[in-house]
Amino acid sequence: MKRSHRLRVPAIAVVATAALAVAACSSGSSTSSASGSGSSPAASSSVSASGSSSAPLTASAPGITATTITIGSHQPLTGPAAPGYSEIAPASAAYFAYVNANGGVYGRTIQYKYLDDAYNPTQTASVVRQLVLQDNVYSIFNGLGTPTHLAVESFLNAQKVPDVFVASGCDCWNQPTADPDTFGWQLDYIREGKILGQYVAKHFAGKKIGYFYQDDEFGMDGVKGLDDEIPKSMVVARQTYVPTNTNVGPAVAALRASGAQVVLSFSIPAFTALLKLNSLKLGFSPTLVVSNVGSDPITLSGLLESFAKQGGATVNGNQLTAGIITDGYLPTLGDTSNSWIALFKKIHDQYDAKAPFDGNVLYGEAVAYTFVQAMLKAGRNPTRADLVSAIDAGLPQGPAVAPYAYASTSHDGVTGAYIGTIGNGVLTQQGPVYTTDASATGAVTTYTGAEEQAPASGIPAP
Amino acid sequence: MTMRPLLRILGAALVGAALIAVLSMKLNAFRDYQIAEIAVDVTAVAGLTVLTGLSGQISLGNGAFMAIGAYTTALLLLHLGWPFIAVLVIAAIVTAAAGAIVGVAAARLHGPYLAGATLMLGVALPSLANADQGIFGGDQGLNVVYSAPGFLGVNFPLTRWQAWVCSAVAIVVLVLLANLARSRVGRNWRAVRDDEVAAALAGVNVARARVLAFVVSATCAGMAGALLAVITGLVAPGAFTITLSIALLTAVVIGGLGSLSGAIWGSLVIVLLPTYATDVATSHGLSTTVASNIPVAAYGVVLILVMLIFPQGIQGGVLWLPRRFGISTAPARQPVSTEPHEKEGTE
Repeated sequence: MKRSHRLRVPAIAVVATAALAVAACSSGSSTSSASGSGSSPAASSSVSASGSSSAPLTASAPGITATTITIGSHQPLTGPAAPGYSEIAPASAAYFAYVNANGGVYGRTIQYKYLDDAYNPTQTASVVRQLVLQDNVYSIFNGLGTPTHLAVESFLNAQKVPDVFVASGCDCWNQPTADPDTFGWQLDYIREGKILGQYVAKHFAGKKIGYFYQDDEFGMDGVKGLDDEIPKSMVVARQTYVPTNTNVGPAVAALRASGAQVVLSFSIPAFTALLKLNSLKLGFSPTLVVSNVGSDPITLSGLLESFAKQGGATVNGNQLTAGIITDGYLPTLGDTSNSWIALFKKIHDQYDAKAPFDGNVLYGEAVAYTFVQAMLKAGRNPTRADLVSAIDAGLPQGPAVAPYAYASTSHDGVTGAYIGTIGNGVLTQQGPVYTTDASATGAVTTYTGAEEQAPASGIPAP
Repeated sequence: MTMRPLLRILGAALVGAALIAVLSMKLNAFRDYQIAEIAVDVTAVAGLTVLTGLSGQISLGNGAFMAIGAYTTALLLLHLGWPFIAVLVIAAIVTAAAGAIVGVAAARLHGPYLAGATLMLGVALPSLANADQGIFGGDQGLNVVYSAPGFLGVNFPLTRWQAWVCSAVAIVVLVLLANLARSRVGRNWRAVRDDEVAAALAGVNVARARVLAFVVSATCAGMAGALLAVITGLVAPGAFTITLSIALLTAVVIGGLGSLSGAIWGSLVIVLLPTYATDVATSHGLSTTVASNIPVAAYGVVLILVMLIFPQGIQGGVLWLPRRFGISTAPARQPVSTEPHEKEGTE
């Protein structure tokens, strides 16, 4: 009996090896734990200061019962985007656990179910349909990534599911007419580009400037903002990378050949690290100016050390990140006197202690705080439309250093940021907070409003 | 005798169609979407299992053919607004042409060289989307809008329509492939797979048989890509990474190499296992880091277990179990599937 073993054996070997390789490289370096994600039942509703109304709690919308609010998200828990970003959802879950333990939202506990999409749009489409069609979540919260979230934006709007505080600064979430249920949250990349661009044009006048950016909406929005502020004549090189190709050597060599003295980088953390290491290899040491998403000192330092180790070298991550100029729209982690940092550090230590207290964790807690603000504003027994109109009516500032843009005509989030420098692995604010709009002509101005203090209870007032 | 296999294939197709129709109406909207996802994978895996199991070639690049089908679909729907059935046909023709070009090169390669060449295709081709962002939309991809036809009413669930369309295509593909495998073409493929020299001596045009197998396999992948485009609503390079090509080959091996029924088993595993494993992992209170890696680990464990227990894949196990427990094996003598070892029969 003749069988086709001849081919089967190599085929199996190929598949087995490939499966192992995929498994090996898909594990995020994150060490976070969702110890806080299992909800602790609300002990009492007395703390939640709802006071004004005593109407009974009802199942007012899909995902809302008399005792719970179920929300969902898609996050890159494995795969290329997982390092760093996989810490965000557990941090949000930690903040929700804190709220749940202190009375919840009008007595309801928040159940946060986040599923892994491995930063693959096909998987995003699948897990978001699972959350909406099967798990009946009230809202999709903080879905991470531009290409991934674009795969579900129209589906969520067709289903009239609030799609709040997308974890991406793409300006594409700001389409109140076409996509009325979608809201951005973080500083969008155009505003960020303008703020960084204005700083560079002012402080590095006459220097040669090179751009290094991700070849998609993220990088191009950023460059749009930069070009609004930096004279074209100063820009000597524009190099791009795609996140699926880690070989940035040629791009870095081209930047070096152009004689750029300042490199402006709109990159994710892994590619900021690759830019730095490749520059080092070529003996190229320009001043680095990096967008917020790609500059978290702790994430960056870890990536630099692990990439260098893979290449057989040892580097000191904190030494390499020193001198990087970036921007921030949340308080700096090192500013322990800041009431928000104190609050989020306390919650982190109690509910998410295994994760490092870095920029990703701060981000996750801050965006969760904003969600609780919006839910409290939406009312005791909110429908899905109530949440959308609550945000459309504007939200108080909260942890961000500048106000939100939320209005029925704008679904952008934070509108401003400060410039900071990294030294010794810590980001330090330099100078004032700047605000601007997303248009090409809108000026970058110094923000003069006062920053808000964190509430003593740690929970926003309704 | 000549009519009976055809009748049995059509009968199986009808039973399958009826089963899917009932399931799609009984289950919730997300399960309908999963049925659509499974049907997409069945379409692609069936093509690959014919290529690998019958003609003896390997392809690590079928994800790239899916990308070609998906981008063709997105561009046609976006710019010309043709009806989906016409778009599907064009997508099939375009990928068939691409498959023919790759197939001509592939017909000259064997074993690891063929794997390497197709691997390159699978890695490199989706990146072309970044080459011309004006046309292909770069990393953001292209949005595809496809809704259920109006006569079903406005309240007809879109995911049920998607399940029907994808399943219909998958069933037609399975029927055609099952017939093809039984025809002279299929016999030629098996002859080439088992011994090229003997096949050539017997008058089989070896190169033509191998190229044809590649074309058939690419066409199936292209149609699967077209379906994937309309059910997810977005075509982006991130959806067609090398992981997809490997998942397809994994489904082939898990289901049973060369078996069309195996293609169904394999697709069920690669679609349902991750969801199930995630549910189990999260409901047992594991930490995020551990829980998020459970589906990947489960994938590997299932692959190893299937190989250890049923080297012929799940379909091999399905055929083996009744025999093991002394149940009549009459139907297994000439099953709907195209198990290679069932075909050769005598020693």
